[in-house]
Amino acid sequence: MTHTVLVTGVSRHIGARVASALAAEPGVDRVIGVDTVPPPSAARDGGSHARRTEFVRVDLRSPDIAQVIAAADVDVVVHVSLMSGSSRSRSAAKEHNVIGTMQLLGACQRSTSVRRVVVRSTTAIYGSAPNDPAVFTEDGEPSEAPPSGYAKDAGDVEGYVRGLARRRPDVVTSTLRFADFIGPGVDTPLTRYFTQPVPPTVLGFDPRLQFVHEDDGVEVLRRMALEDHPGTFNVAGDGVLLLSQCLRRAGRLSLPVPSPLFRLLGEAARAAGRVDFSPEHLALMCHGRVVDCGRLVRELGWKPKFGTAAAFEDFLRSRGISGGLTAAVADRLSDLAPGRPAPFKDDQ
Amino acid sequence: MTRTSEEGSPGVPGDARERSGEERLAEMLAFLRRRLTGEYEVDEFGFDPELNDKVLLELLRPFYRHWFRVETSGLQHIPVDSGALVVANHSGTLPVDALMLQVALHDEARRPVRLLGADLVYQLPVLGHLARKTGHTLACPEDADRLLRKGELVGVFPEGFKGVGKPFSERYKLQRFGRGGFAASAIRTGVPIIPCAIVGAEEIYPKIGDVPVLARLLGLPYLPITPFFPWLGPLGLVPLPSKWLIEFGEPIMTNDYDPIDADDPMLVFNLTDQVRETIQSRLDALRLRRGPAFPAFSDIAADQRPL
Repeated sequence: MTHTVLVTGVSRHIGARVASALAAEPGVDRVIGVDTVPPPSAARDGGSHARRTEFVRVDLRSPDIAQVIAAADVDVVVHVSLMSGSSRSRSAAKEHNVIGTMQLLGACQRSTSVRRVVVRSTTAIYGSAPNDPAVFTEDGEPSEAPPSGYAKDAGDVEGYVRGLARRRPDVVTSTLRFADFIGPGVDTPLTRYFTQPVPPTVLGFDPRLQFVHEDDGVEVLRRMALEDHPGTFNVAGDGVLLLSQCLRRAGRLSLPVPSPLFRLLGEAARAAGRVDFSPEHLALMCHGRVVDCGRLVRELGWKPKFGTAAAFEDFLRSRGISGGLTAAVADRLSDLAPGRPAPFKDDQ
Repeated sequence: MTRTSEEGSPGVPGDARERSGEERLAEMLAFLRRRLTGEYEVDEFGFDPELNDKVLLELLRPFYRHWFRVETSGLQHIPVDSGALVVANHSGTLPVDALMLQVALHDEARRPVRLLGADLVYQLPVLGHLARKTGHTLACPEDADRLLRKGELVGVFPEGFKGVGKPFSERYKLQRFGRGGFAASAIRTGVPIIPCAIVGAEEIYPKIGDVPVLARLLGLPYLPITPFFPWLGPLGLVPLPSKWLIEFGEPIMTNDYDPIDADDPMLVFNLTDQVRETIQSRLDALRLRRGPAFPAFSDIAADQRPL
């Protein structure tokens, strides 16, 4: 049987990649991409896959999406359009995330053709707090629910997915909680943070971070769209990097500032339209977040190709960032001191 | 000696010494390079074995060897590479016993111990991430089970603040062992419980008073007054050089229990009591064996007595 797949959020990087990955599948008949804005430039992506994705401009917040689903007999819905936030206003993002998901899932519920729904969520849903377990599993309850922002949106979105699963037990629903995406094409507040010349850190804290490489993220979404894997799954690269480690690997000097000042800097950056800073970023920069991906690995019998460290490495390489300065200093030091006698010894 | 001859280094001992110094320097620079470029590994709990061994434990070792003259026994009870739960008494006003236990297990049993700490530690800047880097984590069932299932050696002080902050007059009297969460974790994961008695920590900061009002204001469980603190200011923070003994007892096996029994409060309480009584009796015996906490001081006192 061939599938007709609807992918939301195709005007942004991950959504576009998922759509083209699915378009390249022999088992997929049609891929319909929807988003509120047209893709930045269909020509830039250029390849044959982009042509196979039919773009429909729909505002998810409107009921029009139901007509798109009904008209095309969509049987798989991949909802990737959760917005982690841009410099645009928080309320617009919230509306897009929450109301958009409500409309979309409502349409799925009424549809007779939809058989499978895959929804992108985030590990931010676990929050970051000092009194949480070090490693979150899918069953773990955060000690305090995120009060606002992106994480709260994701919580609401997951609530609607559970509602759909309850009312339509015949529809397979998969919820994917992704760690922060990183990779050559990813542009998020976090990637922008790492490309700053002197990123500020919170004095006295060194959070544990996890990343998922965009290739792995796309692959997980592709697999979930083509096979039945009901349930909620964490998705992150193997292993952990400390923020200090990330910055050292990037060869960046950091500027440790007390947390009130960090918040102030964040607010300033937000006001300047550079990043969408919210209180949960401060919490993440203090306490970090690590999730367990055992369930995903068991379910798919597959493991993300990039570990957290490898994904970060690939990101640095793609942006042309290298540990240049610090590595050079260290090499220079070892050249100066014991390097001299060493060749002399070899001569003997 | 034998090792130098095996290497067959030509002749003079001075040469060998120079080379080892050179090697040490090279090693140190390699270490420095790894640290500067971030090319080291931490586990999912944030444990940084290299930093722990080369830097943080190095700072503690003089205290372990020379200040407290710690002697350990019962190391044969520590499994070589499988999971186990070390349960110890807690005392000393500041948790110096946790640090010394860490040195003891790392240097003498060659195992990093993963201690389960209080919430307070992880809320504080600096301390929280240092605790993670040295391999410790929050005392919660999820973390305990996860570490034990990974085959780690986990350490816990079930008395918590009640133990570490008790007045000097109650020294070596074990306090209540919480709700026995440690016993439930051991049952769930089927690992042995190793009772551990630590003698000596009680005397490092004799807590003779408390300022509860100020403690509450600062969000601390207690604010101690010792004979030297706060009277001598920072000098009052120097721990007294008491003589320490650490003993690891015979493991109490839990693999006969059904993991589901971890929910059975009676079973958990009984196991908790068994562990508690074992530690109390070993504490009493060990305290007798040690004798006076400050041998040098009591020698002087003994010398003066006949006069």
